[in-house]
Amino acid sequence: MPVLCSSCGDKRAVLKRPKTGHSLCKACFFWAFEEEVHQTIVTANLFKHGEIVGIAASGGKDSTVLAHVMKLLNERFNYGLELMLLSVDEGISGYRDDSLETVKRNQEQYELPLKIVSYEELYGWTMDAIVKQVGRKNKLHLLRRVQKAGARQRSPHAKVDKICTGHNADDIAETVVMNVLRGDIARLRRCTAISTSSEGEGVVPRCKPLKYAYEKEIVLYAYFKKLDYFSTECIYPQCLSWPCEDLSEGPGERQA
Amino acid sequence: MLVHQSTRGCFKEYFIHKFRAMLGKNRLIFPGEKVLLAVSGGPSSCSMLSQVQEGLSQNAHKKLRFLPGIVYIDEGGAVGQSVEHRRRTVEELRAVFRATGFPFLMVPLEQVLDLPSSVVLSAPGAPEQEAGAYKAAVDHFLLSDGSSGVTAGQQQETPPPEVQEAHTHSLQRLLGSARTLTAREELLNILRQHLLVHTARSAGYSKLMLGDSCTRLAVKLLSSISLGRGAQLAHDTGFSDSRYGDTILVRPMRDYSAKEIAYYNRMFSVPSVFTAGLDTKTADKSSIQHLTESFVIKLQADFPSTVSTIYRTSEKLQSCKGSASAGGTENASAFSATLISEQLSQTKSPGESRQAPEWTAPASQCCSIVGGELCGNRGGGGCSSAKASEPPPLRSLLCYSCQLTIKDMSSEEVLPQYILSEAERRLRRSQLREEIRDFLLEDEADEG
Repeated sequence: MPVLCSSCGDKRAVLKRPKTGHSLCKACFFWAFEEEVHQTIVTANLFKHGEIVGIAASGGKDSTVLAHVMKLLNERFNYGLELMLLSVDEGISGYRDDSLETVKRNQEQYELPLKIVSYEELYGWTMDAIVKQVGRKNKLHLLRRVQKAGARQRSPHAKVDKICTGHNADDIAETVVMNVLRGDIARLRRCTAISTSSEGEGVVPRCKPLKYAYEKEIVLYAYFKKLDYFSTECIYPQCLSWPCEDLSEGPGERQA
Repeated sequence: MLVHQSTRGCFKEYFIHKFRAMLGKNRLIFPGEKVLLAVSGGPSSCSMLSQVQEGLSQNAHKKLRFLPGIVYIDEGGAVGQSVEHRRRTVEELRAVFRATGFPFLMVPLEQVLDLPSSVVLSAPGAPEQEAGAYKAAVDHFLLSDGSSGVTAGQQQETPPPEVQEAHTHSLQRLLGSARTLTAREELLNILRQHLLVHTARSAGYSKLMLGDSCTRLAVKLLSSISLGRGAQLAHDTGFSDSRYGDTILVRPMRDYSAKEIAYYNRMFSVPSVFTAGLDTKTADKSSIQHLTESFVIKLQADFPSTVSTIYRTSEKLQSCKGSASAGGTENASAFSATLISEQLSQTKSPGESRQAPEWTAPASQCCSIVGGELCGNRGGGGCSSAKASEPPPLRSLLCYSCQLTIKDMSSEEVLPQYILSEAERRLRRSQLREEIRDFLLEDEADEG
């Protein structure tokens, strides 16, 4: 007995939503997913008409889906935004080179302008070179910090009013747990904010349109839409986020 | 374990001092006050009992000055223990309690089914004390009958109440209706807390002492976040919880790690009785609570500061009343996002445009009748002539986490009567208020 979609009641359901447990057909799932991102954008007032928005693109599933959905919603609901893809080349061999190729392909597929900023350009160092000097431990920690600094610095090169990143609900959940484990109250207070307010001259505000989307749903979306993305584990894994990711894999429906 | 005599002495002093300091620092327990100790038989609560004994003894340096009583909640029915097993455990604990000389109560969990609905209401407590009041109270106490010391209430031997089998079955049906172990554990915690508060209230105790250790609270903090109870964290894991108004819950053991307690109990022969819990001998991932516990313990092995860091984090948390988010994003919360998702997954024909779902109770409130923040509204609910023919939408009255627990249950009907009738009362009152809303001059902010 095939299960019918609980939304349209018409077609056969092809997936079970991780977020709610309902069985949906492809079309209804796409619609629900896109509609939810749209609701997030609208209720949180993420963008203003006419803004130039940079989509932080790493080539991974989150940013690919983000780029796809942003373009779609921009057209469907007339946000009036000028979208472009922004990418950072940290200079980690085997990780970044391939993912950058994916971003370049995304650029062609979505017909969006692309700006790549490299660490070499920004700082004169690549990640591999830093690691060679300093050693492997706690590399991701460093990477995150530098990435953030890089993101802030991108703006003069690329002239955007806002940057949106592909952070999803699982990321936020892990961040909360990590900050509790670290005892970092200051970060704990800020980490669930959907957008950062302007931090001063030359620093571009960032937001997270996918904040309430579950990681599994993003993967389902990318899979059914046959989107092109790059997936591999980072080669510098010794940091706290690993056990936290493990924890959220557990009976995790209530998380995030 | 060979420990040098002086090290033992130092450890004992340090251990006892911490207890005294925790109570002294917080200045919540006034001299002569009646304090009920909730003892489960586990190492932590038994240690707490022994600390209270230490503190009240005549030769103690800076004696404690309150009147303790003990309560043991027999949860054997909930975990499927035989009547014989339960009786044995109760007898063992009786012996321990008798030796302390404090009055004690043995209460079967089944009694929770007969609680009055007033248990979930906050009753007016002692008026807010000014800063100097504690010191003044202590001085006064010392002047009046300092030398004679505090005499604990008379220890009365009341025979243990007979538990009817039907009652046990109802309890098991209630817990069994929860489909996941996570929901079952949450439900059990809530029922236990209600029963404890009720017992304290009816026996005239204004304080309830719980034996949660630092380790237990660290696990509770993390699992509460995963269960959607983040907003109530400060109350659930802090030193004191005053949501019930007249009965204040305190956690004097929150500075002790489970390991320290184990060492102390072993070294100084503190008696304890093991009682199985719902998740004893279950797989790691059987429930969110259990998973979190194994996570923390494993992490603690590699990073020994884990538990204490989490504890420090919990100390910095404060509860907030009402709306949590500031700025223009009040409508964009995770809570409303889940509601939107629910609706979008169930509506017909995706072609039409949808509005965000109507939410009658404000999303920012955490008014829960099952253990969250309680509103100060007392008095009977009005008698509404237009009574709803459908069953009361219980979920609209609960905080997010309790909604999830109820969602996991196969039926709301099995909930104890006191919860259902209180829900009905609040809904009636809310309907009444809707009718006369335009004529009310003041907006009662914390109405539930």
